[in-house]
Amino acid sequence: MYVAVKGGERAIENAHAWLAEERRGSPDIAELSIDQIREQLSLAVNRVMAEGSLYDPDLAALAIKQARGDLIEAIFLMRAYRTTLPRFGYSNPVETGEMTCDRRISATFKDAPGGQVLGPTFDYTHRLLDFKLAAEGEVPAAPEAQPRMEPTPHITEFLKGEDIIQDEPFSDATPGDLTREPMEFPANRPLRLQSLTRGDEGFVLGMAYSTQRGYARNHAFVGELRIGKVAVEMEIPELGFAIEIGEVEVTECETVNQFKGSKTEPPQFTRGYGLVFGQSERKSIAMALVDRALRWEELGEDNLGAPAQDEEFVLSHADNIQATGFLEHIKLPHYVDFQSELELVRKLRREAEERTALKEAAE
Amino acid sequence: MADQQNIAIAERKEWMGLLARAPKGALMELWGEVGAPPSFDWLRSPEVGGVMVRGRTGGTGAPFNLGEMTVTRCSLVLTDGTVGHGYVQGRSKRKAEAAALIDAMMQTDAAGDIRARVILPLSQQMQAASTDRAAKAAATKVEFFTLVRGED
Repeated sequence: MYVAVKGGERAIENAHAWLAEERRGSPDIAELSIDQIREQLSLAVNRVMAEGSLYDPDLAALAIKQARGDLIEAIFLMRAYRTTLPRFGYSNPVETGEMTCDRRISATFKDAPGGQVLGPTFDYTHRLLDFKLAAEGEVPAAPEAQPRMEPTPHITEFLKGEDIIQDEPFSDATPGDLTREPMEFPANRPLRLQSLTRGDEGFVLGMAYSTQRGYARNHAFVGELRIGKVAVEMEIPELGFAIEIGEVEVTECETVNQFKGSKTEPPQFTRGYGLVFGQSERKSIAMALVDRALRWEELGEDNLGAPAQDEEFVLSHADNIQATGFLEHIKLPHYVDFQSELELVRKLRREAEERTALKEAAE
Repeated sequence: MADQQNIAIAERKEWMGLLARAPKGALMELWGEVGAPPSFDWLRSPEVGGVMVRGRTGGTGAPFNLGEMTVTRCSLVLTDGTVGHGYVQGRSKRKAEAAALIDAMMQTDAAGDIRARVILPLSQQMQAASTDRAAKAAATKVEFFTLVRGED
């Protein structure tokens, strides 16, 4: 039962005023600008866009500033803003094969056409704190080489030629949209991918790690990981044709997984897929592993009872805004709920004491 | 005739896409140098909204919804009746207005002037930025070499 309780307005106002002051920190220190956050904390901005499910770097930077760097709070702000926007429409599916790649690597083919392009990666750094960054200083320009402007083909295209990897049949079916219709189970793969791409990075990472440790092991290789910009195209009714309405940076991961074959399919490789806004490669690889684990049924594999195979478990708990909303609501006033619990426990206690007293009297 | 129409559509797609992707600062600077814009009436004043971006399973399969992006759009008509549409990435109403005016003017006698003063320099700036990134990426390409193992 909920009972309206009045009071606390002044306390709340004063708490918010103090929050604003604490957010600003010491006035002796220069204030952070949105531009600084967008440019210098870009991976945090990317995560807020991916899980906030809204691509707008300036908004994500503002959300991070407002949230004092609490990324889940920032994602919450993005989701709330998103609901105020009229929906102009749906884009045509982005062509990731046309991506201008900042990074493109394959763990399966050394000599992939287009090459192994490392991009601005943390890989192969020593993970030692760099105290030079604590001092201001100019960064030397990164070296350049002859640019390669033609599109980089997908690695899985080469395996497809040999017919040794499961196909991803082209379709123009309209996918379900969980921002419009609540998720229902069983979900299909397009809905699962929508849920995973906006899912909490930590949760998706944990689920993916569990498959590597043996809970529904599916032995994934990173067939390809690419990061770069893709154009977004949409049909414009008043024009009668499609135009580019912008471009987004995305990370795409395709895993290649062992598959022994089933009653209907010959032994071949199968695939897991990850596609995430921004430079988000940990999330993208994790998404591909979880996508592959959730495909056990369509591939005729055994249900091993592993958490990562349980669609309802994974998808119902991947959203950090739903999770944090339910988790954090228990700190809000539950005085009446608790009062009734208190009465109940006291009553049970009294009854138990009376029973003991009666028993002792009888002996 | 049909060919000409297709060419006209292809050209319009080209400049509209360029205006949509253009960094706001670069576009507004070039547009500001063009001088006073022609007078117009709004058909749809600028509004900010979202577009759901789609991907495909495995890059080539069935579509799925990836997440939204912010887009600002508007439509206007010049006094000679030419209609211009602006669809631009982000939340800038001024950028959408400039894009719609440029779209309209590109369909009039002013096209040559606008192309030379806005479209071409903008395209060159964006191409240069893209080439610069591609050149940095190219410098991080791994050149493998095999060590002689000396087994023979």
